[in-house]
Amino acid sequence: MAQEKFDAIVVGAGPAGSAAAYTMAKAGLSVVLLERGEFPGAKNLFGGVLYRKQLEEILPDKWKKAPVERRVVEQRIWLMGEESAVTLGHRNEAYKEPVNCWTALRVKFDQWFADQAVEAGALPIYSTVATELITEGDRVIGVRTDREDGDLYADAVIIADGVNSLLGKSLGIHREWKPDEVSLAVKEVIALPREKIEDRFNLEKDEGVTIEFFGKTSLGMAGMGFLYTNKDTLSLGIGVMVNHLKKKKIKPYEILDHVKKHPMIRRLIEGGEVKEYSGHLIPEGGWNSVPPLSGNGWCIVGDAAQLVNFVHREGSNLAMTSGRYAGEAVIEAKKRGDFSQETLSLYDEKIHQSFIRKDLVKYKGMHEFLKEEDPDLLFNRLPQAANQALYELFLVDGVPKGEKQKKMLNYLKEAGGGAWGLAKLGIKGWRAMNG
Amino acid sequence: MLHIVVCVKQVPDSREIRIHPKTNTLIRQGVPAIANFYDMHGLEEALRIKDQHGARITVITMGPPPAEKTLKECISLGADEAILVTDRKFAGADTLATSYVLAKAIQKAAEEFGPVDLVFCGKQTLDGDTGQVGPGIACRLDLEQLTYVEKVVRLDVEKRRITVHRHLEDGVEVVETRLPALITALQEMNKVRRASLPGMIRAARYKPIVWTVKDFSDIDVSKIGLKGSPTIVAKSWVPEQKPVDGEILEDTPPEEAARQLVDKLWETELPEKLGWDAEREEVAP
Ligand SMILES: Cc1cc2nc3c(=O)[nH]c(=O)nc-3n(C[C@H](O)[C@H](O)[C@H](O)COP(=O)(O)OP(=O)(O)OC[C@H]3O[C@@H](n4cnc5c(N)ncnc54)[C@H](O)[C@@H]3O)c2cc1C
Ligand SMILES: Cc1cc2nc3c(=O)[nH]c(=O)nc-3n(C[C@H](O)[C@H](O)[C@H](O)COP(=O)(O)OP(=O)(O)OC[C@H]3O[C@@H](n4cnc5c(N)ncnc54)[C@H](O)[C@@H]3O)c2cc1C
Repeated sequence: MAQEKFDAIVVGAGPAGSAAAYTMAKAGLSVVLLERGEFPGAKNLFGGVLYRKQLEEILPDKWKKAPVERRVVEQRIWLMGEESAVTLGHRNEAYKEPVNCWTALRVKFDQWFADQAVEAGALPIYSTVATELITEGDRVIGVRTDREDGDLYADAVIIADGVNSLLGKSLGIHREWKPDEVSLAVKEVIALPREKIEDRFNLEKDEGVTIEFFGKTSLGMAGMGFLYTNKDTLSLGIGVMVNHLKKKKIKPYEILDHVKKHPMIRRLIEGGEVKEYSGHLIPEGGWNSVPPLSGNGWCIVGDAAQLVNFVHREGSNLAMTSGRYAGEAVIEAKKRGDFSQETLSLYDEKIHQSFIRKDLVKYKGMHEFLKEEDPDLLFNRLPQAANQALYELFLVDGVPKGEKQKKMLNYLKEAGGGAWGLAKLGIKGWRAMNG
Repeated sequence: MLHIVVCVKQVPDSREIRIHPKTNTLIRQGVPAIANFYDMHGLEEALRIKDQHGARITVITMGPPPAEKTLKECISLGADEAILVTDRKFAGADTLATSYVLAKAIQKAAEEFGPVDLVFCGKQTLDGDTGQVGPGIACRLDLEQLTYVEKVVRLDVEKRRITVHRHLEDGVEVVETRLPALITALQEMNKVRRASLPGMIRAARYKPIVWTVKDFSDIDVSKIGLKGSPTIVAKSWVPEQKPVDGEILEDTPPEEAARQLVDKLWETELPEKLGWDAEREEVAP
């Protein structure tokens, strides 16, 4: 049988891959969407916030049908002490229309999103693992899979295989991530009756809330926890930098167990039944860890290219947008009949002009900052001091307010190594947040 | 060329099935559907015959439209054609109505793709579990009936004869018969292959043939679906979990545990029932 050749092969049916496959299939290209899971999303997970804007850009007509859980109307941030929290948040009816973001579960969303690509004409090949790229000189010409007669050929390959990117490694643009470039997150999906969720979180019907927490809950390591409301489940998880985990020799589930005992969390999940438990890596190297984005016959997108803004827990939207851009570049390549880097670097250009690069560049110092600063200071002593300070502020115990203020400042100074140390930390932190 | 029909049913993945605590019905919602696994052993055997002798394989399923997924899986493995027999009017069928419709479908497949030499069914399904559909089809179509087959030993295409091993409770029966025949497959029959990549691509592109009631010229509508199903499920319940009143000798070294077990057994009425009134001998450690 003569070898069939496709216009494009997309490896990985996560948000990045399905967006790419959809974009190209809709333009009439012949596309194979390769996924190792039994179906897209079968084993995928994220925290749970899905953003409307970037989804709408891809599916202007159909985004409303996406299987989501709740419209997020409120976002809370908690700075955790031992058995206390300093809280901050914002709730606004304006987040409803147009909707800003939803909570979602990947098992449902990924399947639906991939189905859009399939309906547009992409050929779904699931339960199939891409094992390596097939190259000819410096050109990628196809993908090898783990099936019999498993070689597939195409003019372009879009690498969307997620954070561990086997194919990125096989291409040599990817190395093993250093332990400080990734966080390991564990997550539980906890079933709880709808009404209970709505009562406990102050919600109506399809309204949802997100809570991000850091501080004492990550046991002195750099990490962030999350608690999101789904329809009749909660998503509870925490991600911690892998180098800190290694150093402390703590198992991720131990951190989550610890989190579940915190009085701020305990009450919210009480009586819930754990339905799922899973773990996943989050790329957190930032812009400095982003590999070359395209070459002769290939583009790399989404997590595989480290395109995650972890400060704002944005990943799926960067993944989708990068997938779309790569798809558009391949469409142009097809028009020109040239799939070399010269044309495919259109993808790089699109990324460079978009919020993706701008946001990642803005926070590019963050990774370094977290790597260098003492995690115990940032995630243990300072949050604890802030909690003590506020405790003091609200406590009416006959101590004059002036003295209280001094005490409060002292807590912070002591934790931060004096006023000077604190100021330096503040400046470093500011710089890290602003490129 | 041989024409083999394989009957495949899509069933809820029983590993994930739960029973509703209040209504006692199966919670099918959200349970992934899979191909009844005995049926896939039937398909594998058909594929092996195809590999060896050449054959045309038609897969038939009766079920709702999502059963298309199972049909595509069969195509990916190497079946030539897949037929989805689907219609609201077929719904609610018991084994009588199911085997009636499947027999009609096999006849129709014979008319369209050539006379059928062999039919494979699974031993039984994971959900209905009756094992009646295969024999039901064989009776209606006057096929030689070979149930509980664990091995196809020989197929003589020239002489149109087949020899199989039937797995019986107390042994194996070696049976030879003529074609056309119907075999119900056990999992011991073979190991199901994994689809090749070209197979996967063919399946991804494949659209199953769909037959509704209207596509059958000679179907008796009083014999199909709920109306054609005399079986009535009067009641179903979840067996009560009996509390176990046994004792577990944990953290006891094995020899000590054995000694204690013997002691305890002697205290029961068991030895008496067995007529062991003799003096107990000391158990050697
Ligand atoms: C705990 C956690 C919380 C998060 N929270 C959020 C959040 O709230 N909001 C947000 O926007 N983002 C969040 N993210 C980030 C987000 O999940 C990712 O950025 C996003 O999923 C990246 O999409 P992707 O398509 O690039 O990769 P993935 O979603 O990882 O998809 C990769 C796909 O490729 C498949 N695959 C991998 N290797 C192969 C292979 N060799 N052959 C075939 N298929 C293969 C995989 O099965 C998978 O389906 C979170 C991540 C984690 C881990
Ligand atoms: C107690 C009980 C209650 C039931 N209640 C209902 C009900 O309320 N509603 C309802 O819809 N069904 C119900 N059923 C299911 C229905 O009667 C059977 O599923 C159906 O008639 C097939 O019988 P089976 O699953 O036992 O197949 P078996 O006889 O065990 O199947 C043997 C083989 O026949 C073939 N086969 C069987 N069915 C099909 C098919 N549909 N397509 C292709 N090949 C097939 C397969 O090769 C299979 O391995 C019930 C069954 C039982 C036993």
